[in-house]
Amino acid sequence: MIDEPWTLSPSVALRPEPFGALAYHFGSRRLTFLKTPALVRVVRELADHADVRSALTAAGVPAGQHQAYAAALAGLAEADMIRPRVSAAPAKEER
Amino acid sequence: MTIAPEKPAQNRLVDHFERGLDAPICLTWELTYACNLACAHCLSSSGRRDPRELTTSQCEAVIDELQRMQVFYVNVGGGEPTIRPDFWHLLDYAVDHQVGVKFSTNGVRLTPDRARRLAATDYVDVQISLDGATAEVNDRVRGAGSYATAVTALENLADAGFGDAKISVVCTRENIDQLDDFAALADRFGATLRLTRLRPSGRGADVWDDLHPLPHQQRRLYDWLCAHGDRVLTGDSFFHLSAFGEALPGLNLCGAGRVVCLIDPVGDVYACPFAIHDQFLAGNLLRDGGFQRVWKGSPLFTSLREPQSAGACSGCQHFDACRGGCMAAKFFTGLPLDGPDPECVQGFGEDALARPRSVPASSVDHSRSTPTRNQPVLLQLRTRPPATACAESPLAGFSPEESA
Ligand code: SF4
Ligand code: SF4
Repeated sequence: MIDEPWTLSPSVALRPEPFGALAYHFGSRRLTFLKTPALVRVVRELADHADVRSALTAAGVPAGQHQAYAAALAGLAEADMIRPRVSAAPAKEER
Repeated sequence: MTIAPEKPAQNRLVDHFERGLDAPICLTWELTYACNLACAHCLSSSGRRDPRELTTSQCEAVIDELQRMQVFYVNVGGGEPTIRPDFWHLLDYAVDHQVGVKFSTNGVRLTPDRARRLAATDYVDVQISLDGATAEVNDRVRGAGSYATAVTALENLADAGFGDAKISVVCTRENIDQLDDFAALADRFGATLRLTRLRPSGRGADVWDDLHPLPHQQRRLYDWLCAHGDRVLTGDSFFHLSAFGEALPGLNLCGAGRVVCLIDPVGDVYACPFAIHDQFLAGNLLRDGGFQRVWKGSPLFTSLREPQSAGACSGCQHFDACRGGCMAAKFFTGLPLDGPDPECVQGFGEDALARPRSVPASSVDHSRSTPTRNQPVLLQLRTRPPATACAESPLAGFSPEESA
């Protein structure tokens, strides 16, 4: 997953909260808690980067924690909170 | 579900919840106090419409604000919400504004045609109230014919292809032996069972002594939930039972004013749907500048979000799981809010109930003053003749000649 392009699922909305964010999936009506601000940054960055790894770097996650974050993202993927991005190109140009 | 890469122990979600969120995650909105039934245990003492109830455009403004606050769904109830003439309009309006709706109904307006239209709408959940798996047990509490109405509504939903309706059951002394039957009923309609706790709120205060499950029934309920809890919804109903052993699935804390909230039909904002009383009134969204202002700034909610004392529960080894139980259950039985729940599984609640206490009078009551045709037996049994004539008619004893 870490070398693939991912994005927030189109049916999901994020609501900022003091601890991070709530993610709500309008299709499955599932509520998921993103319990750290860094994880919220990563999820928001996904669409703008070529792969998960560069989104993690952009969100300021140190390389040593990439695997732990990838596991958290896998959990989000299972709940369809995030999805693989079909086109390999980043949604926006990287600066 | 919780996703966190870091150690969960240092970052428990319940701790965040206890400090309050930017918007509720369990918001109930009661649209009317009017109801075609007169259930003996109604938590909101519903019956008559209140003339001050929010108009259609005021309701739309509330939905607009919920959308801005990203309240992703709201539990709509009453009274019986579907008897508001604008109910279906408001339902569509909410869904069109990214506010999903789960509404509770006794089924009275769920015709086959309506069921088909609901089946075609996304983001709507329907919850049918049923307090007995048989007409006999249900109708004693909810009124003659109410079982048939609910089952017809469930049939209509199933026939229309509406997936996963909810059957919502208040667990009582009289239906606790029917848990398997409720589960079978849910299976029959492709529905999900939702079990909730009987709290002594509203008219529930009048029947709680007779209806709340006995200690051995609490144990049976706990064991049943341990075996089947992953298939049933319980909300925050039974965390006080986790003192029996393992924590149960569901929200394991009292979220009143922190993650839980009620907007009542006149726009009053209470800490919890089971706490319709002046003591838990945070403000009014018409008078106090909108729901968000009340949610974020009311002194009541601010104080509820501060660390609470465990009081007499502080020495209890189960406090971490049970957290002293339900604030509303304590308040309406006249027990201290920082002590054990009246249904404390350690038995401390019974001891507290046996001591002198004063039960607060209800401050909001929309019960009908005259009995309805289908008034439940249990309510009839509770209706005592008025002590004096003036208790029935405000004009009794008034004679214009004398005062002229
Ligand atoms: S007062 Fe009782 S019903 Fe209300 S949020 Fe607290 S535990 Fe739940
Ligand atoms: S003493 Fe308090 S914390 Fe302990 S089980 Fe009873 S209500 Fe729960």
